[in-house]
Amino acid sequence: MRVGVFICHCGNNIAGTVDVARVAAEMRKLPGVVYATNYMYTCSEPGQEEIKQAIRKEGLDRIVVAACSPRMHENTFRKTIEKAGLNRYFLEMANIREHISWIGEDKELNTNKAIEAVKMAVAKVMNNKPLYSSSFKVNKRVLVIGGGVAGMQAALDCADGGLDVVLVEKSPSIGGMMSRLDKTFPTIDCSICILGPKMVDVVQHEKIKLYAYSEIDEIKGYVGNYQIKIRKKATYVDWSKCTGCGACMEKCPTRNAYDHFNFGVATTRAINIPFPQAIPKKAKIDPEFCRQFTKGKCGVCAKICPTGAINYEMKDEIVAEDVGAIIVATGYGLFDLDKFPEYGAGRYPDVITGIQYERILNASGPTSGHILRPSDQTEPKTVVFVSCAGSRDKSLGVPYCSNFCCMYIAKQAILTKDHIPDSQSYVFYMDIRSNGKGYDEFTRRAQEEYGAKYIRGRVAKIYPKGKKMVVRGADTLLGTQVEVEADLVVLATAVISAPGAAGMAEKLHISYDTFGFYVESHPKLRPVETNTSGVYLAGACQGPKDIPASVGQGSAAASKVLSLFSKDMLESDPAIAQVNINACVGCLKCVKTCPFQAIKEEVLRNGRKVAKVIETVCAGCGVCTSTCPCGAIQLQHFTDNQLLAEVNAICQS
Amino acid sequence: MAEKEYAYYSGCSLEGTAKEYDTSLRLVMKTLGVKLAEIPDWSCCGSTPAHTVDHVFAAALAARNLAIIEKMNTHTVTVPCPSCLTVLKKAHIGMTTDESFKNEVNALLDEPYEGKVTAKSSLQVIYEDIGLEAIADRVTHALPDLKVVAYYGCILNRPPDIAQFDDPENPVAMDKVISALGIEVLDYAFKTECCGAAFGVPKRAMVNELTHKILSMAIDVGANCIAVACPLCQQNLDLRQEQVNQTMGSSFNIPVLYFTQIMGLAYGYSPDDLEMDKLVVGADHLIRSRIPVEEYRKMKEAEAAAAKKPAKAKEMKEEPKETAKAEEN
Ligand SMILES: Cc1cc2nc3c(=O)[nH]c(=O)nc-3n(C[C@H](O)[C@H](O)[C@H](O)COP(=O)(O)OP(=O)(O)OC[C@H]3O[C@@H](n4cnc5c(N)ncnc54)[C@H](O)[C@@H]3O)c2cc1C
Ligand code: SF4
Ligand code: SF4
Repeated sequence: MRVGVFICHCGNNIAGTVDVARVAAEMRKLPGVVYATNYMYTCSEPGQEEIKQAIRKEGLDRIVVAACSPRMHENTFRKTIEKAGLNRYFLEMANIREHISWIGEDKELNTNKAIEAVKMAVAKVMNNKPLYSSSFKVNKRVLVIGGGVAGMQAALDCADGGLDVVLVEKSPSIGGMMSRLDKTFPTIDCSICILGPKMVDVVQHEKIKLYAYSEIDEIKGYVGNYQIKIRKKATYVDWSKCTGCGACMEKCPTRNAYDHFNFGVATTRAINIPFPQAIPKKAKIDPEFCRQFTKGKCGVCAKICPTGAINYEMKDEIVAEDVGAIIVATGYGLFDLDKFPEYGAGRYPDVITGIQYERILNASGPTSGHILRPSDQTEPKTVVFVSCAGSRDKSLGVPYCSNFCCMYIAKQAILTKDHIPDSQSYVFYMDIRSNGKGYDEFTRRAQEEYGAKYIRGRVAKIYPKGKKMVVRGADTLLGTQVEVEADLVVLATAVISAPGAAGMAEKLHISYDTFGFYVESHPKLRPVETNTSGVYLAGACQGPKDIPASVGQGSAAASKVLSLFSKDMLESDPAIAQVNINACVGCLKCVKTCPFQAIKEEVLRNGRKVAKVIETVCAGCGVCTSTCPCGAIQLQHFTDNQLLAEVNAICQS
Repeated sequence: MAEKEYAYYSGCSLEGTAKEYDTSLRLVMKTLGVKLAEIPDWSCCGSTPAHTVDHVFAAALAARNLAIIEKMNTHTVTVPCPSCLTVLKKAHIGMTTDESFKNEVNALLDEPYEGKVTAKSSLQVIYEDIGLEAIADRVTHALPDLKVVAYYGCILNRPPDIAQFDDPENPVAMDKVISALGIEVLDYAFKTECCGAAFGVPKRAMVNELTHKILSMAIDVGANCIAVACPLCQQNLDLRQEQVNQTMGSSFNIPVLYFTQIMGLAYGYSPDDLEMDKLVVGADHLIRSRIPVEEYRKMKEAEAAAAKKPAKAKEMKEEPKETAKAEEN
């Protein structure tokens, strides 16, 4: 066996705190190591060339690269040695950057630690076996979860690219938050006018299969071959018969149902179509309010429906879909007023959230686009906006900026002036974050052309005084306390992750941060990929972002799927579990522990029971290997022998 | 109910300007079956002056008392004055989370404090440990004329990390305790607004202004009585009311009672027992309507019976209308 060791400087990243030359010199002393050197940037083109040359000149058959994390460059170096004729699994990496040079400052200690780490890698590589991947067929259908603007864009781009798309939306209509907005910054174009046609395109596209009012129940499988179970929630209305005429909604005697679409600004009927442009435009019963469910009698809608679509006995239905890739576009949620006791915690009807104000501004909203304040339906003349309500506030668990509220506050201030010319808006702000194209000009316009008064300071308290709401805050530029008597107060409440985001991440086996936002594979270089291959992100589920950014990500995710599907076959990872049937006693403990259900029972010709790994399902997690009492099940590339060789390497010195 | 026992740290104010708080609290606790154990040789907590000068010294003044309590039967102390409470809790939290601070403080003390005492405001003990049900059970008298707002002041619930009780922005404990007595409590936006505290001496004009706000908001929401749990708040709102009237041109005449005095009234104690004569703005006109609950219940029943007949007729008229409408559809 002829091992070659390459120690990388990574500029000063490693060489700054590790004596790389000494590490190389130590390695030369090890039995089996015939070549060891250190190099400035091993991952660079000449760096890789040097590895190839050494393989040829020195006749190397095993390679160790001591550099950064294998997450970064393992694939790079595997390809390098493959080009030089070695099996790609004859490479080992020792992570001497993230694990050593970046975290310790003592060069002597770091160097000693690096020597041990590289020794381990040498011991491991000498025990490595050649492994070969097999290829499997890709199911070229894609699942898009979430029908907001990001999910719709992804679905349309995939479908236009010729893929079959399954779009699953939790609420009764697609459109997401954007379908609730009035106008959009920075162009003040009508939100539904630009979104509506897209929604129609989605439902009319022959390649898109839409499941509205549905949720993901189960996800099984792996990139290229996922099996999805979708729960179609009971609407109590047969959508194949419902024509969306709205007769039921008109006659339903229950008028106090919570209106999810309008965020409670108004109430709706127990049977309702969420908004006029809803896609699909179908009715649904809310059993929490429907008299047929709460009191056991009513049945008015069943009598009135001209097509007999009402069915109070309807149950949830589970349907199965097979796909090869998944785009997650589940969007975001918003803080509720109850998070703000100092602003009344929802006790004051004239203190509302930004999204509620969008509904009040909206021509198809509950006030038909007339700005009327909730308490007495009068036109407010003084409107106060409070930015960062909950955002950038560690004590509320939201240390981050919600990204788009500065912009929509400016938009709403402009629209307020448009609707009520003799009105005055005040904006309490921490700082104005408007760094997109044309954005700063927009917030300036709100101040200079529309006369919104911006007060730099936070609001301490809001309290009622007669018919007014008094907003008390600091003006930190003047260094005084200010009180504004307002008719209406709008809070730009913090953007949080979508309800149920964490549970969805667990179903998908993708990571999420402490706030429930999904984590991309690399914050700069892989912004729409996740660490689970075949699962991609789009829109605000990854972090607060506005419409342009969400749409951009939707298209980006679609292009990733299209390039993944440009091949007919994908290569499998051979680093999976394998059963030695001679050692297996058939206890089948592994079957129970495998989190991916990748192990099944097999009966041999002689009647003996043994475990068998389903290659395509095994994710290579290795849980089974520590369960097996006889060491019969081994994870390839991480066998007991290979790991023990590493342990021996550091214990012997 | 087994008798609960607490060490009782009354603090200096309750021996002087807030004597009636002490008296009424003791009576109420007796009624609720709570034993208050005297703390032998207790001393001043240090109050505001100490911690503005030296944190270690301030903590030592407080910890001296905590060390004494630690040797008593009970390790839970109840403190009526929010200012004393904050000082005691701050010393305790500082000494139990920072070993070196604890050593510094203990170096000043004859007996070291080991950190075993839990301090709770008297309101917290009544609200959490005794509970609304037990509070309601002891009521003997109704006070139908009372319309109360509960005023908590700045520090009873703040800072939240120290107070560890109720909501720092919209506290509800006192509201709920008084409601449990069957007394009307009104929502009040200035529950935690500052009254000016000790600035009554150096900056009288400012305190008048702040106090004026608190009083006028109470009047605006329709209250005729303010309930408090702090000697200094009581003093600013009650004693200075006339001053406020003179400087701000108002004509307030709203009694400011300790919540324990209100409890005492509902438990049948006489105004003399509760030392109501110590109030500057008298509350006699509110107490006059006090009536035993049994009588009050009968009175209400009679009223309800009288009101029922026309109400029923009205209902009858409305009912068919609704069904007719539904059928029409
Ligand atoms: C008050 C306000 C005003 C705004 N104004 C503007 C503006 O003027 N201009 C602008 O650019 N941006 C604006 N925005 C931001 C804009 O709303 C977002 O950028 C945009 O909605 C993000 O789109 P999305 O598709 O990522 O998420 P969403 O719009 O949240 O859509 C996500 C969709 O996924 C669905 N979903 C969630 N969970 C699941 C699940 N588990 N299974 C299936 N489906 C699920 C949801 O029901 C929803 O339909 C504003 C936001 C607010 C709050
Ligand atoms: S059964 Fe009655 S209450 Fe329920 S949705 Fe139909 S009409 Fe409305
Ligand atoms: S966008 Fe503006 S208002 Fe929103 S959290 Fe960031 S700074 Fe605050």
